[in-house]
Amino acid sequence: MFWGSRKTINMNYFPDEVLEHVFDFIRSHKDRNSVSLVCKSWYKIEKYSRQKVFLGNCYSIGPERLIARFPGLKSLTLKGKPHFADFNLVPDDWGGFLYPWIKAMAKSRIGLEELKLKRMVVSDKSLELLSKSFPNFKSLVLVSCEGFTTDGLAAIASNCRFLKELDLQENEVEDHRGHWLSCFPESCTSLASLNFACLKGEINLASLERLVARSPNLKSLRLNRAVPFDTLQRLLIRAPQLVDLGTGSYVHDPSSEAYNKFKAAIQSCKSIRSLSGFLEVAPCCMSAIYPICENLTFLNLSYAAGLQSNELTKLIQHCKRLQRLWILDCIGDKGLGVVASTCNELQELRVFPSDPFDAGNAAVTEEGLVLVSEGCPKLNSLLYFCQQMTNAALITVAKNCTNFIRFRLCILNPIKPDPVTNQPLDEGFGAIVRSCKGLKRLSLSGLLTDQVFYYIGMYAKKLEMLSVAFAGESDKGMLYVLNGCKKLRKLEIRDCPFGDAALLEGMGKYETMRSLWMSTCEVTLGACKMLAKKMPNLNVEIINETEQTDSNLDDSQKVDKMYLYRTLVGHREDAPEFVWLL
Amino acid sequence: MLSDNGKRLPETDASGLNFEATELTLGLPGESRVTLDGGARLGSKRGFSETVDLSLGDNIDTNKLGRSQIDAQEAAKSPVSKAQVVGWPPVRGHAKRGKKSCKFVKVAVDGAPYLRKVDLQTYNSYQQLLTSLEDMFSCFTIRNYWNEKKMDQANGIEYVPTYEDKDGDWMLIGDVPWQMFVESCKRLRLMKSTEAVGLGAEAK
Repeated sequence: MFWGSRKTINMNYFPDEVLEHVFDFIRSHKDRNSVSLVCKSWYKIEKYSRQKVFLGNCYSIGPERLIARFPGLKSLTLKGKPHFADFNLVPDDWGGFLYPWIKAMAKSRIGLEELKLKRMVVSDKSLELLSKSFPNFKSLVLVSCEGFTTDGLAAIASNCRFLKELDLQENEVEDHRGHWLSCFPESCTSLASLNFACLKGEINLASLERLVARSPNLKSLRLNRAVPFDTLQRLLIRAPQLVDLGTGSYVHDPSSEAYNKFKAAIQSCKSIRSLSGFLEVAPCCMSAIYPICENLTFLNLSYAAGLQSNELTKLIQHCKRLQRLWILDCIGDKGLGVVASTCNELQELRVFPSDPFDAGNAAVTEEGLVLVSEGCPKLNSLLYFCQQMTNAALITVAKNCTNFIRFRLCILNPIKPDPVTNQPLDEGFGAIVRSCKGLKRLSLSGLLTDQVFYYIGMYAKKLEMLSVAFAGESDKGMLYVLNGCKKLRKLEIRDCPFGDAALLEGMGKYETMRSLWMSTCEVTLGACKMLAKKMPNLNVEIINETEQTDSNLDDSQKVDKMYLYRTLVGHREDAPEFVWLL
Repeated sequence: MLSDNGKRLPETDASGLNFEATELTLGLPGESRVTLDGGARLGSKRGFSETVDLSLGDNIDTNKLGRSQIDAQEAAKSPVSKAQVVGWPPVRGHAKRGKKSCKFVKVAVDGAPYLRKVDLQTYNSYQQLLTSLEDMFSCFTIRNYWNEKKMDQANGIEYVPTYEDKDGDWMLIGDVPWQMFVESCKRLRLMKSTEAVGLGAEAK
C-alpha cells in the first residue's frame, strides 16, 4: 500500500534477472552468504547464480549436499587436513580425499571450471576422472597436496583442452618419469600459468620449449630444478611477456656464452614483477638479474641456499619497489637493515630458517625485525623464524607498524624467555595485539604465561586464527581467548597445560568456529566424549597412534591429539582406524 | 665458560668445568640439555629448572615439555642426529630449504696408499661410523672400545680411530657427544695401535 507522496521501492518487484545481475557484483563469499539469508526469493536467486564456493573444511559438508545447494557451481576451493599436518603432526591417511567430490560432481554434470585444493589427498584416479568429466575445465591449483604421480598430471595435460592454469605448490608428487609435459597437445595454446617447481624429476625440455612457444598468454612460469640454465634462457626469449618467473637451476659459468645470452634475454622481459626459484644457485650469476630488479614486487629467495648475506643484500639494493620478500635467515640482521633502508614499500616479509634444527645458529634476532619495522611502515604480514626475541623489540615493532594483519613469530627454542630480562614475552605480544587492531592471524612462541592470553582476549578483537605452542600455565589462558576473541575461526594448540575445564567451558564457542586442534595438552578422553555428546553439530576426532584399542582406555586418560570441527553431515565415513569419531 | 660453538651454557659448577655439556644427552635444539629417559619422554623437572634460568616463581610449569615425545624414528631417519621434538620448529617437512646437509671428511689409514671420504651426516652414532669404516677398510681391524670383541689380535695390526678437530688437535674418537664430534671433526685418521701411545687407548 502506498502512502501519498512517499514512494518506497521494493526490490522484490524487480524481475529475477535484474536481481541476479545485481548479485553479480557481490563477489565475496561472506556477502553472498548474507544475501542468501535475506528472504526466500533472494535465497533462490543467489543459489542458482552462485558460481564460486569456498569450503575451508572439506568435512563440514558432503559433495551431494553442496551440489544440491549450488547447482551452478563452477569454481570450488577445498581444504582438507588441519594446518598442523604441515609439521608431521597428522598421520598419513587421516583423510581429505578428493575422489568423492569429483565423482559426485561428474555424476551431477556440474560444469566445473576451477578447482583449488589445499592439504588434500589427490589420487591419479581422481585427476583422470576430473580431466574427462568437465569439458570447460580451466584451472587446477594444488597446494600442499599428495597422493598423485606424474601420470595424473599427464591425464590433465592430455584431456583438458582449454586449460589455462596448472599451478602445483609444494606438493608431494611421485615422479614416474613419464613425459607428462609432452601430453599437452599441439592444439593447446591457452596456458596462462604453469608452475611445476615442486616436481623432483626430469622434464622433457624440448616439449617444454615448444609448449611455451605456442602459449602467447603465458604470464606465469615456474620451473623445477631439472630445467637447466640454457633452457631457461631459451624460454625467456620465447616468453618476454612473462609477469611471474620461477627459475629452475640457476647455475652457470659467468664467462660462458649461455650466460651472456641469458643476460640479453632477461633484459627484454620488461613485465616481470615476481621472481622465485633459484633452487640451485651459483652466487656469481646473480648480477644478471639486476636489470629487472627495480620493477619487482615479489621476490622469493627462500630456496636459494647457496647465497650468502652479501650477495643477498647486493641484490636487494636494486629492489626498491618490493612489496613481498621471502628470504632465508642467512641474510642476517645487518642484511635486514639493508632491506629496511631499500624496500620502503614492503608489506610482507618471511624469513625462513636455513638450519631449523640448530637453534644456536639462527642468524637473525630481534634486531633485524626492529630495523625492518623502522624502515617499512607498510608492513602488514610477517613470518619470522629467529634465534631470540625481546619484549622491548616487540613493543618497538608494535609502535612502528600498526597495520599487521598476520604476525607469526617462531623463536627456534620454543620456551625461550626474553634473553635480556629473562621475562616471558607476554608484554611484547600484548603490545602487538593492542596496537594492531586489524590483526587476523597470530602465531606465538617463546616463554609465555596466561598473561599473554589475557591480552589476546582483551585486544585481538578481529583475530581469526591463533597458533599456540608450549605456552600458558592454566585453563584460564585458553578461556581468555575463547571468551574474548569474537571472530576466532581456527584455534590450534600443542603442548600447553590446557585441560577439560577449558575445553568444556568453551563448548558454545566451537560451532562459531571452523575447527579446534589440541595435541599434547591436558584434555582427557572423558571430556572429549562429553563434548561430542552435547554438541551434535561438532565432529570430535581423537587421533590415536598407539596400539591401544578403545576398550583399553579409560575416560581419565589424556588424549594425545584431538581435532574438532563443525559439520552439517555428522561423522565422516572415510576415517582410518586410528581416528576415533566420538 | 663457553662451549664448543661459543654459546654460554648455564650448567657449570664452581670450578668452571662444564661437565654437563659433554654428557651424552638428547634435547631440544638450543640451550636446554636434558637427560633422555629409557622411553622417549623428554626429561625431568629437575633438568629444566637447571637449564632454563628463570626467576618466575612456582606457577610456571617447567615440565610443560614433559609429555612431548621425541620422535625417535624421525631422529633416526634424519641425517642430523639431534633428537627433535615432533613438528618443531613449524617448518614444512617437505620444504627443502637451507643447506643440503652433508659433511664429507677425508679418512686416512696408516699404511694405506690412498684416502677415502665419508659423509658424517649419513651416520647417527659412532658405532655406525666405525662399522662403515671397517667395511671400507675391510682388511684392517679397528680398535673400538665399545665392542672389545672386534679386537682381533690374530690378524696382527690393530687401529685406533682418531680425528683432527677444529683446533688442529688430534683426538681419540668417542669422547664427545656424536653431534659435537660431527661439527668439530675435520678429518679422520686410523692410527696404528703401536703409535697411539699416551692416548690411553693402547692394547692392554
